[in-house]
Amino acid sequence: MGKTLFDKIYDKHIVSSIPDGPDVFYIDVQYIHEVTSPQAFEGLRQRGIKVARPKQVCATADHNVPTENQHLPIQNDLSRHQVSTLVQNCEEFGIDLYGLEHPFQGIVHVVGPELGVTKPGMTMVCGDSHTSTHGAFGAIAFGVGTSEVEMVLATQCLMQHRPKRMRITVEGDLQKGVTAKDIVLYVISKTTAAGGTGYFVEFAGSAFSSLTMEGRMTVCNMSIEMGARGGLIAPDETTFEYVKGREFAPKGADWDKAVSEWKELYTDEDATFDKEFNFDASDIEPMITYGTNPGMGIGITQKIPSAADIGATTVKEIESFDKAMEYMDFKPGQAMLGKQIDYVFVGSCTNARIEDFREVAEIVKGKQKADNVTAWLVPGSKQVEKQIFDEGLAEIIEAAGFKIRQPGCSACLAMNDDKVPTGAYCVSTSNRNFEGRQGPGARTMLASPSTAAATAIVGKIANPADLI
Amino acid sequence: MEKFNTIISSAVPLTTENIDTDQIIPARFLKATTRDGFGDNLFRDWRFDKNNDPITTFPLEDPKYDGSILVAGKNFGCGSSREHAAWAIADYGFKVVICSEFADIFQNNALNNGVLVVTVSAEFLAKSFSAIEVNNQAAFKIDLKNQFVELVASGDKESFQINGYRKECLINGYDNIDYLISQKEKIAAFESAK
Ligand code: SF4
Repeated sequence: MGKTLFDKIYDKHIVSSIPDGPDVFYIDVQYIHEVTSPQAFEGLRQRGIKVARPKQVCATADHNVPTENQHLPIQNDLSRHQVSTLVQNCEEFGIDLYGLEHPFQGIVHVVGPELGVTKPGMTMVCGDSHTSTHGAFGAIAFGVGTSEVEMVLATQCLMQHRPKRMRITVEGDLQKGVTAKDIVLYVISKTTAAGGTGYFVEFAGSAFSSLTMEGRMTVCNMSIEMGARGGLIAPDETTFEYVKGREFAPKGADWDKAVSEWKELYTDEDATFDKEFNFDASDIEPMITYGTNPGMGIGITQKIPSAADIGATTVKEIESFDKAMEYMDFKPGQAMLGKQIDYVFVGSCTNARIEDFREVAEIVKGKQKADNVTAWLVPGSKQVEKQIFDEGLAEIIEAAGFKIRQPGCSACLAMNDDKVPTGAYCVSTSNRNFEGRQGPGARTMLASPSTAAATAIVGKIANPADLI
Repeated sequence: MEKFNTIISSAVPLTTENIDTDQIIPARFLKATTRDGFGDNLFRDWRFDKNNDPITTFPLEDPKYDGSILVAGKNFGCGSSREHAAWAIADYGFKVVICSEFADIFQNNALNNGVLVVTVSAEFLAKSFSAIEVNNQAAFKIDLKNQFVELVASGDKESFQINGYRKECLINGYDNIDYLISQKEKIAAFESAK
């Protein structure tokens, strides 16, 4: 019987298997950042051991970094301490670090792919759930906890149970104004935020194969928001084209050899999945979330559903729904279009790549943001930042009244000063609308960069299809 | 790691579903560089108001509840992979979390820190909540060796799954890193054969 893409990669990375237990699973590359690594390095020191393969570790500082005045010392003591601990640990253990002063610094899931560290067929982990992003290249990539970060630092391996496999196929043409972000928000709204628990998801069909790598990364990035371990998309010419020529991409004869191996990375026709979903791309409109988990999303022209509409039947499910409504101060039946908002955040590892900012520039060109809106645009990396300026997008975006800040996670999780105030509404291109995610009491509505840009201009939730 | 024995304890009920790790430990508390002290900030924004006064309607601050078991609404621990959530739960003193469905990464993180995650049926979870409602100090028995959870007063029992390797580790207090380090030669051989 044929194999799935996931199993092809997985099988190649099994060092050994414990009966009725996990596999010893080999990791090609580990990404690390300042928040989830210090305790792992501390663990190594306590055990008196070194990092097993320092050249297979790639580090950057992103979660805590300020997005203004990055040339100055970080003001917050704890943040500064965490970032400098990363610098010391990387020095002590011989790991390459793209720290604050480095021209490659940025959000770990933006940096890895743009440097060509992420490649098809690889296994990658990071102490960060959105490691799933790298699956866009036809790779197995997933988030791990700090104990597991320590395991991989110590041995380049993890103890891993093979997850179940799911395939989500979306075929057909996209409507005007619909982007990768809308496809994935739509899928999560159908599967719910826990629908993928226990699975690794392959995204298949023309809706995904027609996406750019940036778009595919947006989709795989959010696979974790349906509870899945990760997501992946079979590599093709688009993938190879993207990787080619990047800093750490194979060169010359190595390149040809790599590509011929990568061409074997697809799901065999007779392979089977534990679960399958099929959707029609033409059913998808620009999406927005109204609740406090990423599964609570609807088409932008629709009205907020009731608990019953979304299939909540038990007392607890209804209570959870009501709690979300109360937090957001929304009511079932209310329209999303036209709702006045206070903040727009374009950034995060979901949507802070060059393509996302081209999308924004196209919509805001020659227009002005509404007075009631504070609009932040935070590039995913120093390289993206440079590109925004080189391509002349910065001028257009700044003229529209957006503030372009320096690279980092920023208001995606509000660990630095970029917080949305209590009670304020923010349309955000990030991946989580949890209570307090963008600051205590902040109300987040997830959407695409196009929708965020259109909303900033109108000052109310707006359909980008009306502005294109 | 501490060895895990049979536990008999009352439990703290958290009926909310889809509790994510941002609620378990908000991001602003992730700036530490050691594993200690996270218990103080467990569910920080649900436990304390703006003046840092305890919110006594929240079960963790409600004096009627205590115990080393947390019973939570379905899909517990979703969201970020931060192990700080598991550290906070362990540091606060919980040894077991009972739920009908756990997020994957959280489950791993909890087990890696000696916190047993017990997945029960939706029916058993509902029974557990009502047992605590009837008697706030209702005792639960968790028998890892024989893999069952019991509501002591009614004798209602349900078995739970855990793979053999994990179970051995918990009972003996081993951790995964010790095991992996013992496999170094095999790993090196795998690398050279690649
Ligand atoms: S941008 Fe947000 S989701 Fe992505 S790594 Fe940073 S904090 Fe996590």
